[in-house]
Amino acid sequence: MTWETVIGLETHVQLSTKTKLFSRASTAFGASPNTNVNLIDCGLPGVLPSVNKEAFYKAIRFGMAVGAQINQTSLFDRKNYFYADLPKGYQITQMDLPIVLGGSIEIILDKLAKTINITRAHLEEDAGKSIHDEFDGFSAIDLNRAGTPLLEIVSEPEISSAKEAVAYMKAMHQLVTYLDVSDGNMAQGSLRCDANVSIRKKGAKELGTRTEIKNINSFKFIEKAINFEIKRQIKILENGEKVTQETRLYDSSKDETRPMRSKEFANDYRYFPEPDLLPVIISDEEIKKIRDEFPELPNEKETRYQKEFGLSAYDAQIIASSKPMADFFEAALQKTKNYSLLSNWLIGEISAYLNKEQIEIHESKLSADIVAMLINRIDDQTISGKIGKSIFEEMCANGSSPDEIIKSQGLEQISDDEAIEEIILTVINENPAQVEAYLAGKEKLFGFFVGQVMKLTEGKANPKTVNNILKDKLK
Amino acid sequence: MSIQFKSIVELRAMLDEKSISTSELIQESFELAKKYKELNCFITMNEESGTKKANAIDQNEKGSSWLSGIPLAQKDLFCTEGLRTTCSSKILSNFIPPYTATAVQKLEDAGSITIGKTNMDEFAMGSSNETSFFGNVHNPWKKGYVPGGSSGGSAAAVAAGIVPAATGTDTGGSIRQPAAHCGITGLKPTYGRISRWGMIAFASSLDQAGPLARTAEDCAILLNTMSGHDLNDTTSLSSDVPDFLENINQPIDGLKIGVIKEFNLSDLDPQVQACFEESKKAYEALGAQFIEISLPNISASVPTYYSIAPAECSSNLSRFDGVRFGHRAENTNDLNDLYIKSRSEGFGDEVKRRILIGTYALSAGYYDAYYKKAQQVRRLIKNDFDHAFQSVDVLMTPTSPNTAFEFGSKGTQNPVELYLEDLFTISSNLAGLPAISIPHGQVNSLPAGLQLIGNFLREDQLLNAAHIFQKNSDHHLAQPDLGDF
Repeated sequence: MTWETVIGLETHVQLSTKTKLFSRASTAFGASPNTNVNLIDCGLPGVLPSVNKEAFYKAIRFGMAVGAQINQTSLFDRKNYFYADLPKGYQITQMDLPIVLGGSIEIILDKLAKTINITRAHLEEDAGKSIHDEFDGFSAIDLNRAGTPLLEIVSEPEISSAKEAVAYMKAMHQLVTYLDVSDGNMAQGSLRCDANVSIRKKGAKELGTRTEIKNINSFKFIEKAINFEIKRQIKILENGEKVTQETRLYDSSKDETRPMRSKEFANDYRYFPEPDLLPVIISDEEIKKIRDEFPELPNEKETRYQKEFGLSAYDAQIIASSKPMADFFEAALQKTKNYSLLSNWLIGEISAYLNKEQIEIHESKLSADIVAMLINRIDDQTISGKIGKSIFEEMCANGSSPDEIIKSQGLEQISDDEAIEEIILTVINENPAQVEAYLAGKEKLFGFFVGQVMKLTEGKANPKTVNNILKDKLK
Repeated sequence: MSIQFKSIVELRAMLDEKSISTSELIQESFELAKKYKELNCFITMNEESGTKKANAIDQNEKGSSWLSGIPLAQKDLFCTEGLRTTCSSKILSNFIPPYTATAVQKLEDAGSITIGKTNMDEFAMGSSNETSFFGNVHNPWKKGYVPGGSSGGSAAAVAAGIVPAATGTDTGGSIRQPAAHCGITGLKPTYGRISRWGMIAFASSLDQAGPLARTAEDCAILLNTMSGHDLNDTTSLSSDVPDFLENINQPIDGLKIGVIKEFNLSDLDPQVQACFEESKKAYEALGAQFIEISLPNISASVPTYYSIAPAECSSNLSRFDGVRFGHRAENTNDLNDLYIKSRSEGFGDEVKRRILIGTYALSAGYYDAYYKKAQQVRRLIKNDFDHAFQSVDVLMTPTSPNTAFEFGSKGTQNPVELYLEDLFTISSNLAGLPAISIPHGQVNSLPAGLQLIGNFLREDQLLNAAHIFQKNSDHHLAQPDLGDF
């Protein structure tokens, strides 16, 4: 029997607004517990929500980027359930009239493009956080996250493998960071998803019974969790049993999914329209403004980099694929004119360093200023490329400026003809046997002389000048 | 000269003439509250801070606004910073809010002095003030009789002359019905006229704050101060607020008053009916003309209300879970146990009943039949009013089918009996319209109220019609004999 997997993803994107969806409290990550909380966030008696329009603008930008219908009138609803980190006993969300309807995202897997359709995307507030293991016998509640705006993006069940799911999430990550809709930080929970997975006989029309894996927050875990679930369901079906529709959690330490306690999801949410908020109306002017200020997307950047800066298609694609990298490239371009050397460094040394450290460029100590300075010093031959690499290590470690490193360590390249000629003459005088052999036709020895000059200058001699003068002197 | 039973306008004159200082005025108000403690109007007094503010006004006051130094009582569901706010519920019996409701803040900013927080039906759910965790409030007109509800404490405090005016809230009649039963004037403004920020919600789409006072004129003074858009309440209206006081002396010659055909007044107590007929004659004598008008869907008001209000309340009251504030049960095993015990211990029977009704009305499979249907009927009722206001300026009904009744005499066996108290008042909440209740006579020595319902944002017309009536009659001047208290 051959089986076919059907996956739909519900992606939760935390919007990068300064304040919460319904209050003016900060959304900054990492603050001390219960400090980014005001009267509204802790659901005090008598408080009322006020809509943060910025969250709508970001949601609309996303909608426009995926070619969706934007509902200029949208409504909020209450989803009622009790949980200790849900202060009001209900979550304000959008049920009947979400801000974004439809649209699609293109994913590329093994060089093949596939379109995944989006059902809808709606705004809702996040809950707080329950902490169960820090206080003996007690649970603690941190409401900093309560009220943070989320955009929940629901895909159609058109994803057919774990790898496709990862490609979809990567495309989503690229899009939301490019649009400045979210910081996309998965470790901090800014981008996470629930995966609805079902299996059916290949070619069957009816969908199989699905399970929902909740709250997966890394590309690696998405792939592992879905693959585990596919295998588990196939095994059940091959044993002639039935898959139970349920909500499951992925436990990365055991690499398995397991059912959540039924109590945690067997809720009747009693949705009804939120009476504390009027319908949110987005004007044509607001729509126009969002359209006019629409950020440049990766494929547009790719084309522009090739056209304006003469980058190769490959280089342009790599730099444009990551928003932080593209931002860095564009910032550095303000300070250096050697575009190709800059892109070589970004794709070479810098990418290698970032990969090794598993960080993004904006999380490193490198700034566009110091990298541009490094490129300029190589470009104007103050230092050689080789010295540049050793300086780069120090820049990564301390974020210090190349000029300071060059100065404090005396690394300026010697390009002065007379000084180099003097050193070359010394080398020739001290190695008569090699000179004789070279002149007799052993041309390989040229490298030996260059090496000797570099040794005496501690690598600082300008290699081009050395080559020229050496050739002249060894005639 | 005693301040008891004085209106704001009268007290203002006394203060301006310096026949009394603010401190003396406030002191006397506190003393009256103590003297009539047995009425049980107040849950919490604000003596220290109120006295301090009075002294400060005496020392610093230059020009004086209408409300400067005037004692007011606040219904105990308005949050008051540093002053306990209970909603007459055990679950909030220890709750001290860190902020003040906009409506109260505006009154205090205008110089008024909060002397205390008034008793009410628990979470404003009731029409007799008998659901309060802090005990029944007596009607100042007759011991052992209800003051009406839910703003029963506010109405009784004004009727007993302890304060000239008080705040209330009205979700289905909670300002107007107690005003009627206590023989005072009470106004429920247009939905959204006054900010709901800091008002502990019962049913968000129906709740509206408003004044209870001795006269329509005083209601206009309070409404001037309380009204206006509030950035903290996005459902509050941004419409201009006219000067209601300025506009209350217009002749009502030619005023078209509608009488609702579907309310069959012959079913009422003949004496209640007689009061109504008398008032009709009084208005006719002032130049108004009466038109019978049909509101075909108005008979569905009570069931519609009792689907929507409990639904919203079931959700609004979810935040009282014992986790962050309010009563928390002891010796609980887990989170669910904490919820169940805290809420079971914290809420009274009527609140529990409405949470259950509302939860049922919103649950999967019943939502369409109850909540959604009720919202559709609500729209029809609103359309009926829109239609009616094409041919009349205001509508007139009795405020309540009867006068105040004895403690425990209604609704104890069948809650619906008490729900019918709201028959005449509920529809204006459903339609979001302003309505006022004014005293218009007595039945067996108990006051009866007359209700005028106005078009959207036309509180000016209501206050004018009420003021002209009061200028030409003395029902509102009647004072209870408080000898039993």
